[in-house]
Amino acid sequence: MLPAPIAMHIPDGFLSVQVTIFLWLITIPVVGYALKRVGVDLGERQVPIMGVLAAAIFAGQMLNFAVAGGTSGHLIGAALATILLGPWAATLVLTCVITIQALIFQDGGLLVLGANIFNMAIVGVTVAYMVFRTVNSLAGERPWSIFIGGFLAAWVSVEVAALGTALELALSGTSPANIAIPAMGGIHALIGIGEGLITVGALAFLRASRRDLLKSSETAPIRGRLVWVVGLVLVILLAVASPLASRHPDGLIWVATQYGFLNSEQSPIIKLIPHYLFPGVQNKTLATILAAMLGTVIVFGVALGVAYSRRRKTSPGDDQQV
Amino acid sequence: MHVHFLDPYRPRNSPIHRLDPRIKLVLTVVFILTNTLIPTAAWPVYILLFALILSVELISDLGVSFVLKRSSLAIPFVLAALPLILTVPGKTLFILPVGSWTIHASYLGLERFISIAIKSWLSMQAAIVLAASTSFPELLVAMRALRVPRLLVSIFGLMWRYLFVLVDEATRLIRARSARSGQSEKPGTKTGGNISWRARVAGGMAGNLFLRAFERSDRIYMAMVSRGYDGEARTLPLPDIRPVYWAILIASLSLLSLLLGFAYLFWG
Amino acid sequence: MHHSIEIKNLTFSYPDGIVALRDVSLSIEPGEKVALVGPNGAGKSTLILHLNGILSGQGLVRVCSLEVIKENLGRVRSCVGLVFQSPEDQLFSPTVFDDVAFGPLYQGLPPAEVLQRVDQALEAVHMLSYKKRVSHHLSMGEKKRIAIATVLSMHPEVLVLDEPTGGLDPRSRRSLIHLLQELPLTMLASTHDMRLVREVFPRMIVLDEGRVVADGPTQILMNDTALLEAHGLEKP
Repeated sequence: MLPAPIAMHIPDGFLSVQVTIFLWLITIPVVGYALKRVGVDLGERQVPIMGVLAAAIFAGQMLNFAVAGGTSGHLIGAALATILLGPWAATLVLTCVITIQALIFQDGGLLVLGANIFNMAIVGVTVAYMVFRTVNSLAGERPWSIFIGGFLAAWVSVEVAALGTALELALSGTSPANIAIPAMGGIHALIGIGEGLITVGALAFLRASRRDLLKSSETAPIRGRLVWVVGLVLVILLAVASPLASRHPDGLIWVATQYGFLNSEQSPIIKLIPHYLFPGVQNKTLATILAAMLGTVIVFGVALGVAYSRRRKTSPGDDQQV
Repeated sequence: MHVHFLDPYRPRNSPIHRLDPRIKLVLTVVFILTNTLIPTAAWPVYILLFALILSVELISDLGVSFVLKRSSLAIPFVLAALPLILTVPGKTLFILPVGSWTIHASYLGLERFISIAIKSWLSMQAAIVLAASTSFPELLVAMRALRVPRLLVSIFGLMWRYLFVLVDEATRLIRARSARSGQSEKPGTKTGGNISWRARVAGGMAGNLFLRAFERSDRIYMAMVSRGYDGEARTLPLPDIRPVYWAILIASLSLLSLLLGFAYLFWG
Repeated sequence: MHHSIEIKNLTFSYPDGIVALRDVSLSIEPGEKVALVGPNGAGKSTLILHLNGILSGQGLVRVCSLEVIKENLGRVRSCVGLVFQSPEDQLFSPTVFDDVAFGPLYQGLPPAEVLQRVDQALEAVHMLSYKKRVSHHLSMGEKKRIAIATVLSMHPEVLVLDEPTGGLDPRSRRSLIHLLQELPLTMLASTHDMRLVREVFPRMIVLDEGRVVADGPTQILMNDTALLEAHGLEKP
């Protein structure tokens, strides 16, 4: 039973190793910095606040509302966390949520964890922050600005995270760009509306009961400067890359191949080795059958061994160490 | 009311359960990496890898059906790769005229799709075995060994500790809402309000949950500080890894490298 | 003279202006077992939070001859073990072992001694077999005992408890009472449970509206029905 069935957590095997490593190289320093920043901001309270709020976001993702015909909308929480805690704490909290989802519930892969963290905890948060701050500075101190800002921040963060996911799938050669990008973008445009509505509902509740919490989340502009720069670069990248990819699916694959993202043609020398060393196994069907036989023997052997060792353990205290 | 069933950990007395969590985590990640690197359509190697993970599942006493059932959750995402059948150029599988378009499916596309599905499925099984055979405190040990910052490990520990508590609270909020979600006896009245209202109700519940979480974190902070907490992460030193586990690690790494090399030789 | 707890003219108001404690004075000697009683809102929990420096007001608060000021907080918290009302928030580590080891670990003790203290503390509350258990799965009574153990492992001089029998069923309550009778520490317990007071605590302090209205032997005060009723208490 999984509390958060959002189609954004990429499982293992769908991203190429290059894309995976590249995204880890971004995620690790950003999360590391977030850890340090939140330590400075919250001091001793960092561990209890971050830990419990991460649990709250996770539990919050269970809160659904009926959409239509049996489907329901859920909260992802990137925008809400960003508005309440500021971008760095939100990144940290969502990193925890996504990691636990992958590690314990297999909602998202382990190797591609970096990519999932990047999409939701970094891109999602950055974009939500930018949108919210923009709306706030445009609308000023008017009471409804927080709701418009919250709604838009939520919608945009879901949409952009989804586009990022689609782009990564396309660059890995798993999903053709001209299908993935519109599909992910389209579906999440709808999901984003639900996210926006729930976010507004949560903000309304908190504004009524603990307005001081909302005030405290207004971080000074200086801190957000780095986030602005990075965020702007990201948005430009995606804005340029997405329609480009959509219109020229082959072009994207061509680009990917040029940069080594996809498996390109093997050097001819390596192709010759099998011929000389294993002439018999050149027949692929034969190899498959042999492998199936070998595999079956292995599994049965193990099963027998396990059954035998279990029968030998007659008393509960018979604890054999490996 | 406890939400135990959320925790996938199944305590058993098996060699896999006893295996040092640090080694287990590394092996799981290497297995997944191997899967990812194996070229398309290397069917014999996929079969051998399946035999490998199946053997591990048998030894772990978790029940093969348990693991296979849980791993079927990966299936929906596979749809993302389905279009490959139609878009990868190559020898024709079939041609389907649809209106004014012609849909062209290729063998290569089908192979790519099936390969991705199989590899992903195998990786997921490994992840399930890891989660089901390793208690969370052990996973924290594994994280520390991977050089995850100790402060972050503490946050994970606290998050996990209160995960079930807060999921309990969320469940209670949902139940309270259902208990009040009745239908009127009057004919013609519309039940449930409109979608925007429902979303905002759910949002209010979320806000409620977060507020209580904030206040709870305050109480936890007081309890921590009362026991001397000063903001630094302090832990006991990790025990040494037994030589036999090192041997298992090296043997497994060698086996996986061999399979990978073999696959590249023939299908790369 | 060494008092375990010494409070002189303590006054405290919350940031929103509510005066929680008015000119409170009391002193508790080593080995005494004292109950703090009073109606809800009397200021009992507020007073307790002053004992290890979580809150600080005007007046003097001294524990184990240490003044409760910023420089002394580390030693103060090793001397006064605070057991909170809700064990859910006091057991914040993944396993029971981690929770009980937390205190000695932060005291900077070497690993071998930390392990020893954990065993001793769990033994004292009769829960040694629970070391590897996960806190979430325990019953309320079990959690309360472990919460006490998490504080005992710091070897405090004083044990301060907030509503120790709150939420317990009769059996768990009985075994907790036995435990409190067994432990040789100086004790201060804030409680509504008057039967607990009569059984375990020979001295009673009555707090109402932030003021100490009575401080004396339980046997005598317990028979003063007028006093009890005037401050929202019932004779058991």
